[in-house]
Amino acid sequence: MRNPQLNKNGELQHLLTLDGLPRSIITQILDTAAPFTEMAEREVKKLPLLRGKSVFNLFFENSTRTRTTFEIAAKRLSADVINLNVSTSSTKKGETLLDTVDNLCAMQADMFVVRHESSGAPHLIAQHLQNTGRDHIHVVNAGDGRHAHPTQGLLDMYTIRHYKKEFHNLTVAIVGDVLHSRVARSQIAALTTLGVPEVRVIGPRTLMPTEVEKMGVRYCATMEEGLKDVDVVMMLRLQNERMNGALLPSPQEFFKVWGLTAEKLALAKPDAIVMHPGPMNRGVEIDSAVADGNQAVILPQVTFGIAVRMAVMSMLGSH
Amino acid sequence: MQLPDAEQLIANLAAAMRPHVTANTALVGIHTGGVWLADRLHALLGLSLPLGSIDVSFYRDDYAAKGLHQQPRGSKIPFDVEGAHIVIVDDVLYTGRTTRAALNELFDYGRPAQVDLAVLIDRGGRELPISARFCALTLPEPMPAGQNLQLERDDSGALTMRLIHA
Repeated sequence: MRNPQLNKNGELQHLLTLDGLPRSIITQILDTAAPFTEMAEREVKKLPLLRGKSVFNLFFENSTRTRTTFEIAAKRLSADVINLNVSTSSTKKGETLLDTVDNLCAMQADMFVVRHESSGAPHLIAQHLQNTGRDHIHVVNAGDGRHAHPTQGLLDMYTIRHYKKEFHNLTVAIVGDVLHSRVARSQIAALTTLGVPEVRVIGPRTLMPTEVEKMGVRYCATMEEGLKDVDVVMMLRLQNERMNGALLPSPQEFFKVWGLTAEKLALAKPDAIVMHPGPMNRGVEIDSAVADGNQAVILPQVTFGIAVRMAVMSMLGSH
Repeated sequence: MQLPDAEQLIANLAAAMRPHVTANTALVGIHTGGVWLADRLHALLGLSLPLGSIDVSFYRDDYAAKGLHQQPRGSKIPFDVEGAHIVIVDDVLYTGRTTRAALNELFDYGRPAQVDLAVLIDRGGRELPISARFCALTLPEPMPAGQNLQLERDDSGALTMRLIHA
């Protein structure tokens, strides 16, 4: 069976997950993003690549940063961007997901950027488009349930490559709530595909998927063990809104054991970088002194995110 | 077809441009051959404004049909375009579409006072109303569409013309 993300020529057709995406495509996206980062110095921050195309931001779940950076990326490529705040629209009146999609296709949509609380929703849309012969319409997953957040994973890889140049000699630690994190799943898929020899996950067992080791990572039960000599520390947000049941005693307790402080960061290599996908919970997973410190690359991540999303959309829009 | 000597053409092109360059003149080479050529001209003409380069991948009018088939290298315009005298440099002038794309891109950086075009060879076959102010060699007959003429650079930095049959 063909990879549902690629067309018959092996080009990117939809971006749904980094799991199973060939290394060559991931590298191509990162390489394509590089010239887009230089656009900020220009008088006119616009390229004509998606001129005349309509990009629909379809957000069934709230997100400010991701939606905004997708919107900026699409607009810098000269696309028309339509933001649908689905929580206040027809879905509430009972319309199904695919009926919504069909209606937007009738409005000449060229691309859907989809955020959904259910894992697999973007995949369902992509499959529906394929089954109905609409191969010219593309889907970008902007985060679905606990499944994947591929553009976040890609911008993280771009950030790592920007600061560390290579992947094959790195030790990377992912810290926190891996269980509820689609970001962590996308990061792990990308890191292992790009050949990072050691990926560690650190956090309480209650916030780890069962048999997390099968994802190709090493589980570390303490910060001391996990942060030792790492090159990159990727913090995850404590997913308060996804938490049900007593997985944690309290946010304060979590910070005491798993929060990233300057003392714990000192265990990593002196030139280690600290990343966070945002939004940050200061004093829960990360201390302000670290978040604002000189090893943090959290704001560059946001800027690189625009270039990476431009790369993805321009590659999708080119066929 | 006897291929012309690229090094001789470069010397002729620099000589043709010399009377027209000022302290306000900047060169912008089009990737890849045009950048090599612009680098040479920059040294021969002793220009003070830094050399610029343009990758027109993002501005091509066949983008929708062909996509980003090559790895884009990005554009670098390290001087203020506003009010500058800019010479766009390319190895071979053919349909004029690359020049059109470079002009569009250039104007996204600002409003130059004047823009000229310098090429080593005009091979004919224009599809747009574009001509080069400086041209070292105009072929007497347009080249057949299936052929491709381009500049090549070896490890020592020497430049030669190469003919490719598609």
